[in-house]
Amino acid sequence: MTYLKFTRGMVSALALVAGVGMAQAKTDIVVGMQLEPPHLDPTSAAAGAIDSVLYANVFEGLTRFGPDGSVNPGLAASWDISADGTVYTFKLHDGVTFHDGTTMDAEDVKFSLDRARAEDSVNAQKGLFAGITDVTVIDPLTVQVTLGAPNGSFLFNMAWGDAVIVAPESIENIKTNPVGTGAFKFDNWVQGDRIDIVKNPDYWGEPAKLDRATFKFISDPTAAFAAVMAEDVHAFAGFPAPENLPQFDADPRFQVLIGSTEGETILSTNNKQAPFDNIKVREAMAHAIDRQAIIDGAMFGYGTPIGTHFAPHNPDYVDLTGNSAYDPEKAKALLAEAGFPDGFTTTLKLPPPSYARRGGEIIAAQLRAVGIETEISNLEWAQWLEQVFTGKDFGLTIVSHTEPMDIGIYANPDYYFQYDSAEFQKIMTDLTAATDPATRSALLKQAQEKISLDYVNGYLFQLAALSVANAKVMGLWKNAPTQATDLTAVYWAD
Amino acid sequence: MLHYVLKRLVSLVISLAVASLVIFLAIEVVPGDPAAYMLGMNAQADTLAALREQLGLNGSIPERYLSWVTGMLQGDFGTSYTYRTPVAEMIGERLWISLPLALYALTLSTLIAFPAGVWAASRRGSVVDMGVMGVTQLGVAIPNFWFAMLMVLVFAINLRWFSAGGFAGWEQGFLAGMKSLTLPAIALALPQASILTRVMRSSLLDTLSEEFIRTARAKGLTRRQVLWRHALRNAMIPVLTIIGMQFSFLMAGAIIIENVFFLPGLGRLVFQSISARDLIVVESVVMLLVFAVILVNFAVDVAYAAVDPRLRGRR
Repeated sequence: MTYLKFTRGMVSALALVAGVGMAQAKTDIVVGMQLEPPHLDPTSAAAGAIDSVLYANVFEGLTRFGPDGSVNPGLAASWDISADGTVYTFKLHDGVTFHDGTTMDAEDVKFSLDRARAEDSVNAQKGLFAGITDVTVIDPLTVQVTLGAPNGSFLFNMAWGDAVIVAPESIENIKTNPVGTGAFKFDNWVQGDRIDIVKNPDYWGEPAKLDRATFKFISDPTAAFAAVMAEDVHAFAGFPAPENLPQFDADPRFQVLIGSTEGETILSTNNKQAPFDNIKVREAMAHAIDRQAIIDGAMFGYGTPIGTHFAPHNPDYVDLTGNSAYDPEKAKALLAEAGFPDGFTTTLKLPPPSYARRGGEIIAAQLRAVGIETEISNLEWAQWLEQVFTGKDFGLTIVSHTEPMDIGIYANPDYYFQYDSAEFQKIMTDLTAATDPATRSALLKQAQEKISLDYVNGYLFQLAALSVANAKVMGLWKNAPTQATDLTAVYWAD
Repeated sequence: MLHYVLKRLVSLVISLAVASLVIFLAIEVVPGDPAAYMLGMNAQADTLAALREQLGLNGSIPERYLSWVTGMLQGDFGTSYTYRTPVAEMIGERLWISLPLALYALTLSTLIAFPAGVWAASRRGSVVDMGVMGVTQLGVAIPNFWFAMLMVLVFAINLRWFSAGGFAGWEQGFLAGMKSLTLPAIALALPQASILTRVMRSSLLDTLSEEFIRTARAKGLTRRQVLWRHALRNAMIPVLTIIGMQFSFLMAGAIIIENVFFLPGLGRLVFQSISARDLIVVESVVMLLVFAVILVNFAVDVAYAAVDPRLRGRR
């Protein structure tokens, strides 16, 4: 706090010296967010809010996601991949220090990766590190990672927030005092209210343009609207009240950013529970659903229809919405063919987000129109995880799968929707082994088609990334290729 | 007096013991695994097991109850599952907002209700009385969160006198802190003040129609003297009861208002902790609120005895 006051004092003193009245671009920003991180360790929790604050700002990995979802070099300046695709030799940037002044070197990389894949690891995405068999320090700036089998997604995996590089010296208190290598340093956390980060003057790369950023946590949609309107916050990432966006759009003080996320929103179907074990029933449901009505009704028109479990902004995406075009008559005919001319009754369990709650009501009405009755129950996340995700006690549910490039979940027959297809599993095994881009692309397309035509789940829409900001704030990410609010390039226009 | 206070004290301790058991059991049976919540949809089974072990979720229920209660008696409320910081510390920080907010609202409502109630009662049936009754009827009927949003619209968005929410922090100075709490306190105080005004008025009217008032008047006191010397003191019992109840309501019931104004208070902490299945925090905060309510009721009981000698029992 003393530091804060000191900085403020310095800033105002400088302003005086510079001359009162001289217009200066602001160098601080307040960013609103709906969810507060439970703690500040991105490597030991699934909470997206942790990455939303810290990814790219405070913590960096070997590679990092760009605004378009591409994988770019991060702490690793370059890398070589052995001919068989199993040995990655990373060359690290020189002169990188952690915020506590210690040097970031190959030992820290080894520590981070070994910690994430250890037996007692609590990394929420431990699967990302599953293929690693060995991490060896060659010299302080060179580290060699050996995989058990070639993995075409390895560099992509290393860009996740769960794979950032942490230091053994600061790991003990990482949950309250995160020490990374990023362009911003963690400054202060008032729990329940805000997190402050400040510019890291010793940053190894392109320095941040802002001196200070505050993340303010506002969970209530109405309060979020008021905070932006009153200009208490300068930007709101993941704005929770889409119905208010036209109002901001019409106001010259604000800009509205509409992009895409990695969230495939699906009507998840329990493939092992009767009658959903019958592909005809699943196909019938797919034709009973009018995606556009759901996007309009539940999301106020924001969202892109999808026909498979893949993000439309990805270059390998195939538009398969035609496989499940809205056709209630066909749905009824298919149901009759499957032996349910009078329909059936099932459960529809909805987690808290509005896409699920509002979307659920609309889907229930659409299914009723073809004879399928649903018993809706609203669950909290913890209940949903227990009953649906772990207990697999559900017929239908609506959920957005927000992890990037997660089509691989369909290869796990124990995953909660319990899709078990040897053919699909083979495609995924081939994909993991393939390193040639053309082959990978072809396999990804094949995978999308397979699950689309198996009607595994009802594919609804890609969740939109909705942000509102002051019209003068530049450099914000429009899309959300990962859960991040990368402020490293953000600045105020004069 | 001492006997009376001791009796109240024993009942306070028993209530606390019963409350702790009920709270613990009620919260432990809530479905949902905190570890699963924290690790999300891609967690592997061995990761979950490792985290459950780390959080100490593997002990039996009686064991965990005992360690919770004995910890609390020593001032140790345990460590939050999600935040990984001591619960006592978190509660302490949040109290710095919730407690001043509740006191602020209570002060406002009392400052409004006392004069309004006395004024209306002393001019029963007049335009003033009808006006006060009408306004308070409205105050009781308007939901406070709606009123809160209305105030935000007017004072934060249009007039820009206040920020739309959030807390400036006491380190910015007492006035800055109080300013952040002003709109929330008004929103909280409005229905409370209305209820209190009505109770004050009717209680005073009841007392004014009693025979000892007539005696006092017959003795030659003016209406005003009777009101201030005899009626007011005797009308205080129901008013104190309501103030006591309101304080507990303000402490526990600020959840919605804290969300509307995104204040990092206790109510918001409970709200977040419930959805994150941070059971230890929920248990401790609820226990603390119960403790506060019981303590306030105890204080109110003692205050009764102070204003009404009959309650002191054997002397």
